[in-house]
Amino acid sequence: MDNPGLAPEKRLDATTVEEAIAYLRLEYADVVSTDDREGYQGLIVDSKRLVQIARVIHDDLGFDYLSSATAVDYLGAGDQMEMVYHAYRTSGGGALVFKAQTDREKAEIPSLTSIWRGADFQEREAWDLMGIRFPGHPNLKRILMWEGFHGHPLRKDWREAYYEEDQKPFDNRWPGGHVHRAEEKNVFGKNVTYPPDIDLGRLMDSSETAVYQSLGLGVDVERIMDKDGFETNELVVNMGPHHPSTHGVFRMVLTVDGETVTSLEPVMGYLHRNHEKIGERNTYLHNIPFTDRLDYISSMGNNHGYVLAVEQLMSLGRKYNPPTYRCEALRVLMVELSRIVNHLWAIGFWLNDIGAFFTPVLYFVQERERILDFFEAVAGSRMMCNYMRFGGLFGDLPERLKSVSNLTNDRVRDYNTMQFLTEMINERIPRTIDDLERLLTQNEILIERSVGVGVLSREDAINYSAAGPLLRGSGVDYDIRRADPYSIYPELDFDVAVEAEGDMYARYRVRVTELRESVRILKQILPRLEATAGESIWADGKPGAYAPRVPHGEAYGRVENGKGELGYYVVSAGGRGGSSNPWRYHVRAPSFINLTPMGIMSRGYKVADIVGILGSIDIVLGETDR
Amino acid sequence: MYGTGLAKGLLLTMRHFVESYVDDIRYGFRKYHHATDNFGIRQGTKTKGVITVQYPDEKVAVPERFRFVPFLIIEDEDHPTRAGKDWCTSCGICAKVCPPQCIWIVRGNDPNTGRPVPEPEAFFIDIDICMNCGYCAEYCPFDAIKMDHDYELASYDRTTHHIHDKEKLSKPNSYWRSIAPTRAYEEMLARGTWEHKDAAKEARRGAASPRRSAPRPAVEQPAASAPAKSEATGPAEANAAPAPTAEGATPWTEDEAKREERRRKALERKARRAAQRGQ
Amino acid sequence: MEVNLQELNKTEFPVPAELENNIAITSLSELYNWGRRNSLWPMLFGLACCAIEMIATAASRFDFSRFGFEVMRATPRQADLMIVSGTVTKKMVVPIVRLYNQMPEPKYVMAMGACASGGGPFKEGYNVVSGMDKYLPVDVYVPGCPPTPQALLHGMIALQRKIDGQSIANGDDVPWYGVGTAEPTPVPVLGPDIIDPRQMDMIRRQAEAAATDIASIGIRELPAATQMVAARVTADAAAESETSPVSQDALSFVLPTGAAPWAEAEDIREKRKLRALARKALRATRRAAAAEEE
Ligand code: SF4
Ligand code: SF4
Ligand code: SF4
Repeated sequence: MDNPGLAPEKRLDATTVEEAIAYLRLEYADVVSTDDREGYQGLIVDSKRLVQIARVIHDDLGFDYLSSATAVDYLGAGDQMEMVYHAYRTSGGGALVFKAQTDREKAEIPSLTSIWRGADFQEREAWDLMGIRFPGHPNLKRILMWEGFHGHPLRKDWREAYYEEDQKPFDNRWPGGHVHRAEEKNVFGKNVTYPPDIDLGRLMDSSETAVYQSLGLGVDVERIMDKDGFETNELVVNMGPHHPSTHGVFRMVLTVDGETVTSLEPVMGYLHRNHEKIGERNTYLHNIPFTDRLDYISSMGNNHGYVLAVEQLMSLGRKYNPPTYRCEALRVLMVELSRIVNHLWAIGFWLNDIGAFFTPVLYFVQERERILDFFEAVAGSRMMCNYMRFGGLFGDLPERLKSVSNLTNDRVRDYNTMQFLTEMINERIPRTIDDLERLLTQNEILIERSVGVGVLSREDAINYSAAGPLLRGSGVDYDIRRADPYSIYPELDFDVAVEAEGDMYARYRVRVTELRESVRILKQILPRLEATAGESIWADGKPGAYAPRVPHGEAYGRVENGKGELGYYVVSAGGRGGSSNPWRYHVRAPSFINLTPMGIMSRGYKVADIVGILGSIDIVLGETDR
Repeated sequence: MYGTGLAKGLLLTMRHFVESYVDDIRYGFRKYHHATDNFGIRQGTKTKGVITVQYPDEKVAVPERFRFVPFLIIEDEDHPTRAGKDWCTSCGICAKVCPPQCIWIVRGNDPNTGRPVPEPEAFFIDIDICMNCGYCAEYCPFDAIKMDHDYELASYDRTTHHIHDKEKLSKPNSYWRSIAPTRAYEEMLARGTWEHKDAAKEARRGAASPRRSAPRPAVEQPAASAPAKSEATGPAEANAAPAPTAEGATPWTEDEAKREERRRKALERKARRAAQRGQ
Repeated sequence: MEVNLQELNKTEFPVPAELENNIAITSLSELYNWGRRNSLWPMLFGLACCAIEMIATAASRFDFSRFGFEVMRATPRQADLMIVSGTVTKKMVVPIVRLYNQMPEPKYVMAMGACASGGGPFKEGYNVVSGMDKYLPVDVYVPGCPPTPQALLHGMIALQRKIDGQSIANGDDVPWYGVGTAEPTPVPVLGPDIIDPRQMDMIRRQAEAAATDIASIGIRELPAATQMVAARVTADAAAESETSPVSQDALSFVLPTGAAPWAEAEDIREKRKLRALARKALRATRRAAAAEEE
């Protein structure tokens, strides 16, 4: 993708991010300006010529991977809506952040789906939750809420039924905290508000028809016309939202011609728990346990991304102590263990989907339980670890993983922590992976079911912002731990797993390799833990405050989670002393964005393959719908 | 050759199947006997088989850091000066750090002066909202709220059972020390005393005037040595910490009795304190 | 099986003297309950994080098939128990109610986790239903976020105990043997916000009130009006619960806190027995009256 038109000595797509920014400032001075708000970075692009600039960024400057596109509502702080884009190069390096602003009342920003298809769902989300229109978007429908819902809930002036105050902590909890249930205060006894002009007489559930319309189908589902008005034999099949192989409450509307899928529309939002709205009411600290519930298979990784983002913000301030080495080592230990849990789970359930019903899952869950036992003893909970804090951790490893009898019939266990870890890492987990490979990799049925199925080409994978094993299974050597390193990953020795084929089997192999690489990392972590034993996990020796003030600014913290790139976009809009609650808290969820290519990946395959393809993407609904 | 991969996989399943029974043979009929140490091995890293925990006849004991719903610490019944008194000073920090805001505290006020007193008048936790995150316990400056280990809370009716009030939340300090001896010990080290911070302060102040110096060290000594011992002797000691129950009693009857006991104690305590207040 | 008639006749229910030797109701109930409680097939469907713990409970380490929760059925037609394992959102409650309606009687609902019981940590969210029992009758609540597998097993045992406490002699316990077809639970509608058809009237009144500017729909701003309306709501709810099948004793019965759930079952059973007695007495008087007329 070199650029003959401009042809400077240095190729444009090999410039650094700073050079790229300078280039844009210079060449397009009339529409591009630097974002000089305190603590902000990147460029502000005039939304009228956003598409043109984006094309330059994509084609000429080589930022081919749009990681995140999200909206922020600056009500009371400029009164504009802003779309924030984070673009990266798949060859590695930092982000080119660019923003486009628009009026709150008539919010409209041109769609970038023609440049990065990966913007598709993210723009739909921005429309759904923020009410920004994207002219040029092929299918601008609500994505998380249902069509017909009143209002755009993430706008700052939109209030939910149980609204109490803008920001936590709520005043009525203490000192005069008379307990109530929120529904008791609502006339309807439920979590609902109705617009005053509700007309029950003409009430129609439009949510379903909208779904079918977006497939290009008429409202009348019985008689399907194709585009030219011919009646066809195609059939619409709904899978989900309670289908056993959709990994949760996910729904796909398939159009099938016989057994062959001609189009597929993912329908989501069945687990939309308003993570971001709640996250903006929360204080920074409150959000950590909420991140556990995003990708609930690997909560440690979620914690990590979020604390990285907030630490980035905190480092803008004067008083900031970066985490100690031991703390970083412990973080990596936990994150890699959860990656193992995640991949075991993913492979297990993918096998369920393609027919190896439950035997592999049971074996892998057995291993997972051991790791969860460790999490439980260290962090306090099997799944919702809530382990990381800003600049530190909840606690160091206990000396012994000891349980205490408390109920009748309790059976007690007691292990030395380091010994437990050593045995797990050196013996048990490698043995499991060996078993896994022996059971599956050469299995003829598995190979026949998965080779050449669900193919996603390299170009599409990048353009659709696929992440994680889905991206690497398509031959893109992109792992954030290497491409944009964080924590102590630079000094750790591991390889990025890549497979070129782009089919289900390639993704499976990527996961297996990553399991092995994780073990390799863990083996390097062990001596580091031993060497730092006794060191504090907090830079100044004592735990952080419960209500940290975070300086004004924005940050995007991203980690390579089991499912792919997990990013947190956090805006702090405090006054001089910083803020205690985030102004905007956005999660770039890999499970959500990885579904964008689901449609093209499944076209032309059989219905029975669809569940397998979905399983091979490895989504978790807590994160997809947030 | 086609099929070798399949055969290998089937062999592996076979191996897993056999391995699960190797364990049975090893322990024979003593497999579920609680006196043997085999549970730790069967549920540890060493075991190879697929082994089921026979809940409710055997339960995986939870580790010390385990968090379920929170409870409040009150002073033991046999405490010389502060029996039954709350450790909580109603400072409100837990209500502030609680992410879903499910703690409600009514700060106590002195009926005569109207000034706040360091004791909550009412304390509620809605366990239908609580996310068991443990922040309240982590950030409480007085070590007054802790995460309970009792997860057997299923009920038929949430309207009356799922908002825990102070009476239901309160558990004696000795209970906390029995479910988390190591942590209680660490907290003691951080505080510098087994006593409540305020009580210790008061006692120090009291020590200046000779009137009230006696009780404190007397309590401190035996308590300080207990967890140290349990650390040294390991699980057996810890196992013995809570009152052991008669073998053969079903867990429910036992549980109920325990709860009954707890409730009775709480009521007694309440009555006594009411009487004290009345004086 | 050796049948000891003397034993079988020892029933807690009052048996008319002339039937004393023909009735074996206790044992039959027990048999019936034994059958029901040991073959509770849960529906294979997970909602959120709690579902993962449910799967962990189904896996070999905890293995709930030991209690007869043997097979998880993906179709509601073959399921007896709906484990609502996670956050119920407004968008999802529609299919859930539909699924519930498709389950054959006897059916049970277990609310697993804080979310399904009462909204959970996400309760304040605009798309979250504050507890499954706002739409369906829930038999057992299992608190925790998430409940550990053992906590879930405890909840399952609690459900079995509850079933043990029921009797076929009591119409309230086995409503599915009643006359006529069972009323399906009305499926909520996704309008501007979720609409429970059972509340249509109330919503209409609210809308009218808003139109005449007495109260706005965002009720929080108007505390005085709220109280008025709230009172009406309670009255409505009371009237509703008179007729709806949801009003089980478990819901209206206020218990001392702290007792184990099966202890409640005792109490409930006690109350049921009393009611059964009363009904019997009533019937007896009616019969007597009829006889007299003849
Ligand atoms: S933080 Fe501790 S002392 Fe303060 S109100 Fe909460 S429980 Fe009481
Ligand atoms: S555990 Fe967390 S959610 Fe529960 S009461 Fe404590 S702070 Fe609140
Ligand atoms: S109760 Fe907790 S673990 Fe369960 S679904 Fe709700 S948030 Fe997730």
